Amino acid sequence: MKLLQSPAVRVGLSISIATGLYGISFGALGVTSGLDFWQTMALSLLLFSGGSQFAFIGVVAGGGSGVAAMGAATLLGMRNGIYGMQLNALLQPRGWRKYAAAHVTIDESTATSTGQTDPAEQRRGFWTAGIGIFVLWNVFTAVGALAGSALGDPKQWGLDGAAVAAFLGLLWPRLKGREPVAIAVVCALATVLAVPFVPAGVPILIAAFVAAAIGWFSHGRSDEGLEPDVDPYAEHHQHESTHGDTHGEHRHSGRRPRSGGGQ
Amino acid sequence: MNLWMWLLLACLLGYAWKLLGYLVPASLLRNPRMSRIAGTMTIGLLASLTIVNAVASGQALAFDARMGALAAAGIALWLRAPFLVVVLAGAGAAAGLRLLGWS
Repeated sequence: MKLLQSPAVRVGLSISIATGLYGISFGALGVTSGLDFWQTMALSLLLFSGGSQFAFIGVVAGGGSGVAAMGAATLLGMRNGIYGMQLNALLQPRGWRKYAAAHVTIDESTATSTGQTDPAEQRRGFWTAGIGIFVLWNVFTAVGALAGSALGDPKQWGLDGAAVAAFLGLLWPRLKGREPVAIAVVCALATVLAVPFVPAGVPILIAAFVAAAIGWFSHGRSDEGLEPDVDPYAEHHQHESTHGDTHGEHRHSGRRPRSGGGQ
Repeated sequence: MNLWMWLLLACLLGYAWKLLGYLVPASLLRNPRMSRIAGTMTIGLLASLTIVNAVASGQALAFDARMGALAAAGIALWLRAPFLVVVLAGAGAAAGLRLLGWS
């Protein structure tokens, strides 16, 4: 089959499986956070952005209000707008494709696409990863939600610990270098200091405000924090880092490849 | 019903961000400050969500089995474990510590 010979399609498929699988953890945590099965599914089908989805259930699980959950999810979705702009310039989708492309514009589909140099490959990579992740993420969210409902006491199974681990896992690949670590520490501190004084959920929004202020007033990389949870080109980057960084291949969109990718 | 409303609004706004990138002229959004804020805010929010889920118990701070989950996840990530293994390590640590009596 010709399509499978395309490197972008192969990367897109493997990233779909890797990312789709962890929909299990989202589904299980969704139903144990206080959402029902269909609310959990609605997030995967309609919101479809891992970070924002985990943020929504994370706030709900912590006793936060619906409006705080919405606020955290929405602020975390801002980076998808930046990805949309990059992909629009790269792929130039027309008509209904623009609206479909927008829905599957996430960290991983963007990274799969911008990691390619040939325009046809960029397009194949984007659609393969976007549609592949969408399908598998929703299938595995359903599996996780059904399994999670059957678990009984979520604390006994350590599911609150699983949520902590999931957020750290989402944060980790973005902590390359001293500056992002400093931003993370400052925001974590601001959160802890705010917890006793404001309603649940609000400390997260305060941290978002602190982070936005840091971004506004300081000068640094303009693509800080914009990388996928699962790096489609992790092996390539590792290879690259052992042979000196050659950025020429990744000429697009200012997303520089990181060496030694997270997962 | 109230939660459904905020949930669907979050979905709508999430899609609005994505679509905005495709509809707004590139020159308008190609402001390095915009993408920088999107990036720093992503880091800040994820750091905040990590710590809130680890130590907050409503409006109180609590140091319980979830700290063990945070440590286990950190070690798993340090060892470059894949995401699902990291999540399982967190769950296992919290469940194990509770078995040992540290709630």
